[in-house]
Amino acid sequence: MLFKYATGAIAALALGTFAAGGAFAQDTVKIGLVVAMTGQQASTGKQIKAAVDLYMKEHGDTVAGKKIQVILRDSGSVPDNTKRLSQELIVNDKVSVIAGFEITPAALVVAPLATEAKVVQLVMAAGTSIITERSPYIVRTSFTVPQSCVIVADWAAKNNIKKVVTIVSDYAPGFDAEKSFTERFKAAGGNVIEAIRVPLANPDFAPFLQRAADAKPDAIFIFVPSGQGGTFMKQFAERGLDKAGIKLIGPGDVTDDDLLPTMGDAAIGTVTAHFHSADHPSAKNKAYVAAFEKANNFRPNFMSVGGYDGMHLIYEALKKTGGKADGDSLIAAMKGMAWESPRGPISIDPETRDIIQNIYMRKVEKKNGQLYNVEFATFEAVKDPVKAAAKK
Amino acid sequence: MLTILFDGIAYGMLLFVLASGLAVTLGLMNFVNLAHGSFAMAGGYITVVLVNWLGFPFFASLPLAFAASAVIGFIFERTLYVHVYRKPHLDQVLFTIGLVFMSVAALDYVMGSSQVFVQVPDYLQGQFNFFGVGIGRYRLLIIVICGLLTIALQFILAGTRFGSRLRAAVDDSRVARGLGINVNRIFAFTFAFGSGLAGLGGALGVEILGLDPTFPLKFMIYFLIVVTVGGTSSITGPFLASLLLGISDVAGKYYVPTLGSFVIYTIMIVVLIWRPQGLFSRASSR
Amino acid sequence: MIPPRPTILAATEWLSARARWHPLEFVFWIVAFAAIWLMPERHLILTEIAWLALFALSLDLILGYAGIISLGHAAFFGFGGYIAALLAKYEIVNEPVLALLIAGVGAMALGFVTSFLVLRGSDLTRLMVTLGVALLLRELANRYGWLTGGADGLQGAIIQPLFGTFRFDMFGHTGYAYSVTVLFILFLIARRLVNSPFGLSLMSVKGNPLRSSAIGISVDARLVAIYTIAAGYAGIAGALLAQTTAFASLEMFSFDRSADLLLVLIIGGAGYLYGGMIGAIIFKVMQDYLSALTPQYWPFWIGLVLVVIVLVGRDRITTWTTPFRRLAARLDWRAARRAAAASNEGQKP
Repeated sequence: MLFKYATGAIAALALGTFAAGGAFAQDTVKIGLVVAMTGQQASTGKQIKAAVDLYMKEHGDTVAGKKIQVILRDSGSVPDNTKRLSQELIVNDKVSVIAGFEITPAALVVAPLATEAKVVQLVMAAGTSIITERSPYIVRTSFTVPQSCVIVADWAAKNNIKKVVTIVSDYAPGFDAEKSFTERFKAAGGNVIEAIRVPLANPDFAPFLQRAADAKPDAIFIFVPSGQGGTFMKQFAERGLDKAGIKLIGPGDVTDDDLLPTMGDAAIGTVTAHFHSADHPSAKNKAYVAAFEKANNFRPNFMSVGGYDGMHLIYEALKKTGGKADGDSLIAAMKGMAWESPRGPISIDPETRDIIQNIYMRKVEKKNGQLYNVEFATFEAVKDPVKAAAKK
Repeated sequence: MLTILFDGIAYGMLLFVLASGLAVTLGLMNFVNLAHGSFAMAGGYITVVLVNWLGFPFFASLPLAFAASAVIGFIFERTLYVHVYRKPHLDQVLFTIGLVFMSVAALDYVMGSSQVFVQVPDYLQGQFNFFGVGIGRYRLLIIVICGLLTIALQFILAGTRFGSRLRAAVDDSRVARGLGINVNRIFAFTFAFGSGLAGLGGALGVEILGLDPTFPLKFMIYFLIVVTVGGTSSITGPFLASLLLGISDVAGKYYVPTLGSFVIYTIMIVVLIWRPQGLFSRASSR
Repeated sequence: MIPPRPTILAATEWLSARARWHPLEFVFWIVAFAAIWLMPERHLILTEIAWLALFALSLDLILGYAGIISLGHAAFFGFGGYIAALLAKYEIVNEPVLALLIAGVGAMALGFVTSFLVLRGSDLTRLMVTLGVALLLRELANRYGWLTGGADGLQGAIIQPLFGTFRFDMFGHTGYAYSVTVLFILFLIARRLVNSPFGLSLMSVKGNPLRSSAIGISVDARLVAIYTIAAGYAGIAGALLAQTTAFASLEMFSFDRSADLLLVLIIGGAGYLYGGMIGAIIFKVMQDYLSALTPQYWPFWIGLVLVVIVLVGRDRITTWTTPFRRLAARLDWRAARRAAAASNEGQKP
């Protein structure tokens, strides 16, 4: 009885605050940015934050008559933190868009919240295929892991690679990578002789690499999350695998532009497929990389363009809705949006709200004394292969 | 097979250099220094700065990393730690965890949160084949350096005047003072030495473990495992424990990759149940 | 002289005096419950404080009252959390309260089994054994991904309304009312427990195990019992987190979780039940405030606060908790006087 009264009172209070918040939200559009700024995934968070800042510096903080305010929160890569912080941003700060999400569990755990609150959830990093299916308010400006994996599988099959050992991190994007690569590679006549999964938390790759080497493959397919590529590359070189003629292939996470300059010459020759390289030869990308490096003392990586394009998507959607920032209008405006990003031409798939983008084949080479992912082939307008296959 | 054994030994040796300083402060001075990893991280970053930015040769940077970490350790000991020796263990935990948080955030601020590596000379990279056993050059270097260090440590503690004074100061600091031993100075020196060892381990470990600001948190568990499994009453205990853990971790991951870190934790629990004072300690030391 | 009679009466008198409520305690709980109405926009963080307080209370039971130090208390927290989340996900138990109880019982079972590992050994050994158990469970949860969701966490659990009526809303109103009620009930039980003869015997075990066994206290049984109970508390705390967020993840078992918990309890002070709760409030509010202020470098300031707390001296900083501590002392004194009076009474013809 008392309890019922209590909830009644709460509801009344909540309504009161809501009404007050409504008037305030007239002239400001708030964006909650929840990423890891501390802990193991901190480098991803910093890349995204830097890109968001850069975009706002270049494009001003007013769009369609609204002032844009970004509220940054540190998730520390702990999913239940992400959930609580997102919830507070939605409930107390009345954000119109909740963005960020450096890892898959963080993106998944917020999905029901986006649905309930009817707030756009903009995924700027996490790459598991299923994420966008979890709520009609989710839109993604980063990538899906299978996008790159199927391209690299095709390339490997055509370039005389027959036997492959796959090494992936033991979590959802890793499984996505392993599955999509293996399926496509086998269909093209290749053979995966061993599939190894390494723990996500403690990356000591030496024993796993030794095991892979003992299987004597033509190539090793590797997927590790952004930030772990360096350790892997060091230990790959330490085993002398680069000299033993074993090729290293995979999606571009392993030759992350953030770490590539410090990896050493062992990385040269690694062939990856991915959507953005700091070396992408467009004018837009050159300007982006130059401005980014000027503002920060590190190179922008593929995570940063997710943040940069995410801001662009919000700005353009607001222009289209004339400043209306409710979830339904925004998500409707975002569907089908197409533009030229530093990574090349991209668009938001109106059906899945996932990203459609070019995937490039790249090879690590030395340019002006620094290592870069140099692109040598382009596959245009690649959709997420998992969802494309499910539709058929 | 032998390659795995070799890798395991190298890994264990590295763990030992990293953790031996902790064994000294915890075992001899009875002080819980969870910030031990921070000194290792300091050594690692000093090497990175020296080699990558200032162009020092790798070998020259190792003693510098040792010295610099030792100096940092000495300064911290004199200004901060000295006030905490007499406090209860729980306060020491609170204090040193605080230091870890501060060092993590400070290095994030100064060096960025990405992983960094050190450019080791070409002749240390790669493997050579020795009667069918793949020997990593860099790992061989680690084994040699750590082997020498262990012998030196054992000699200092057991065979020198300083060692016996230290043990006296630990066993009964009042009596030691009465005998004219400057206990404060001995503690400060020991602490600095332990920090220096951590710094050296950090410098050596960059190439294999990678280095980022979360290093002290990531490896704190490993240090503690080495020290508890080995027991804190001698140097040989942690040394053998490091080898055991290094080999079983590497071999476990090689032969049963799906079990992951299972092996190392199970070994720890079994050992501690079987011998609560540590595997290699004389019974009832403390 | 007539020898003093065994003062059983005095002892019960003393015990009940010890257990008497101090006005400040009423204030504490009134504020906690008033927050349901007064701070509706802070319910999410308050919920987090509530389950952290319960978690810290659990550690206080074994550390503050029985002297068992643990760096692996997250084992029970995570175990309870996963039980609650799994029960909801597969719709085995739809009533959250029932699921909470089952999670608590499950964690107790785990606590009972693992309690035998912490009976012997030094502080350091116990620290590492408990840590090892938590890490093993984390690996297990990761290994059996088909059940637990592995590193992605257990997604897709839907928590049914409380008593079939109160939905767990987005604002966390139900969540907080629920959590603070659970905390209060479990606190009452813990309070009763530590003020009972059992609680006293625990403290004597903490003070000197050898002598305790000499006066007929079975030390091991006491330790097993309290460890089991504390594990149940931690399991319920984890279940509260899982139910209020509809989610469980490997993070629940992590070393950081146990280490933070130890910090919380040390900040608040162990051994008087309120320590964990006050520590939880201080720690969470500080963390929330600092991480909003500087999302990137807040650990530095937390670290600085911890270092300063130790250097200045914990007692001096937490003087504002002294009313609680003084309360305990005064009750002791009052009880002693009353006991003396009672025994004098008994000696009169």
